[in-house]
Amino acid sequence: MYIVVIGGGKVGYHLGKALLSEGHEILIIEKERIRIEFISNDLGGVCLLGDGCEVSTQADAGASRADMLVSVTGDDEDNLVACQVAKHKFKVPHTIARINNPNNEAIFRRLGIDVTINSTDVIMESIQQEVPTHMLTHLMTLHERGMEMVEIKIPADARSVGRKIKDLDLPTGSILTLIMRRNQKPLMATPDIIIQIGDQIIALTPTDTEDQLKIALKGN
Amino acid sequence: MKICIMGCGRTGAKLASMLDAEGYDITILDTNEYSFRRLPADFKGCALVGDGTNDETLKKAGIEKADAFVAVTQGDNRNIMAAQIAKHIFKVPKVLLRIYDPLRRELYTNLGLEAFSPTIIFAQLLKDNLLERGQ
Repeated sequence: MYIVVIGGGKVGYHLGKALLSEGHEILIIEKERIRIEFISNDLGGVCLLGDGCEVSTQADAGASRADMLVSVTGDDEDNLVACQVAKHKFKVPHTIARINNPNNEAIFRRLGIDVTINSTDVIMESIQQEVPTHMLTHLMTLHERGMEMVEIKIPADARSVGRKIKDLDLPTGSILTLIMRRNQKPLMATPDIIIQIGDQIIALTPTDTEDQLKIALKGN
Repeated sequence: MKICIMGCGRTGAKLASMLDAEGYDITILDTNEYSFRRLPADFKGCALVGDGTNDETLKKAGIEKADAFVAVTQGDNRNIMAAQIAKHIFKVPKVLLRIYDPLRRELYTNLGLEAFSPTIIFAQLLKDNLLERGQ
């Protein structure tokens, strides 16, 4: 694939390097000459000096034959414009934007960006997985279906402990899929399984029903 | 009529003071408090420190009740992003913005934004005046 990367900072450089090693053709567009020199010394002639938000720069980069454009500068507005220029002017099939302000995720999607990577949320998710005080952990968002995949750890005081799955008051559309228990193989979450302390449950739930799911399993 | 202006540079401040003098309800945003020195002493509108590309700041500025939004910061991309948020997320009826870069202005005009490029307008003005005097 031919992939254009906007921004030759740390993210752009390491991303470019990784894509190259996977055999992709890449071009990194960067404004600062000094960064271009640094990257070229390591990766060879894969850089273009210029403003990646400009139509003329993207034309020089051959954006019209690019399979994907990834914009990873530190400024959300620059990433938005770079992706929109690629999408609407050069018909690039896939555009990916890095986002710093988590609120912009929904906004960018409504403005037509295909995929957004929100570094703040990625770090938050890691913290939630590491720190046991969070009962519910996000695993994945299925945007097109409006569903979240979450992991729930059942604490000792949860009201679902000792009850069968079919007797729980789960939110509409919410499905418990797998249960992981200490020293056991993962179990399918069938209706007659009784919830135990320490169970780790993988569930699919419609976006915005996480709180209800939490209440159904844990109580207030 | 409530109008929200993003960017209190010379253009933003001038526009704000003109509309304010005519009795419109103006909120002007800038990331730098020092920019508000450009507003006249008798300015009756609201001057708010904040980034207009941030939806929370825009809400504070009353964008949900605004009849018009004007983006005139120095950054084309900031103007483009804020204008799109105002138009597509907050459904502000009238949205205007400045885009210096003529090519970007053309693209976003095609995408439905009411964008003005001072570069094109001023060059045209100069050309018209030059040729008029030359004859």
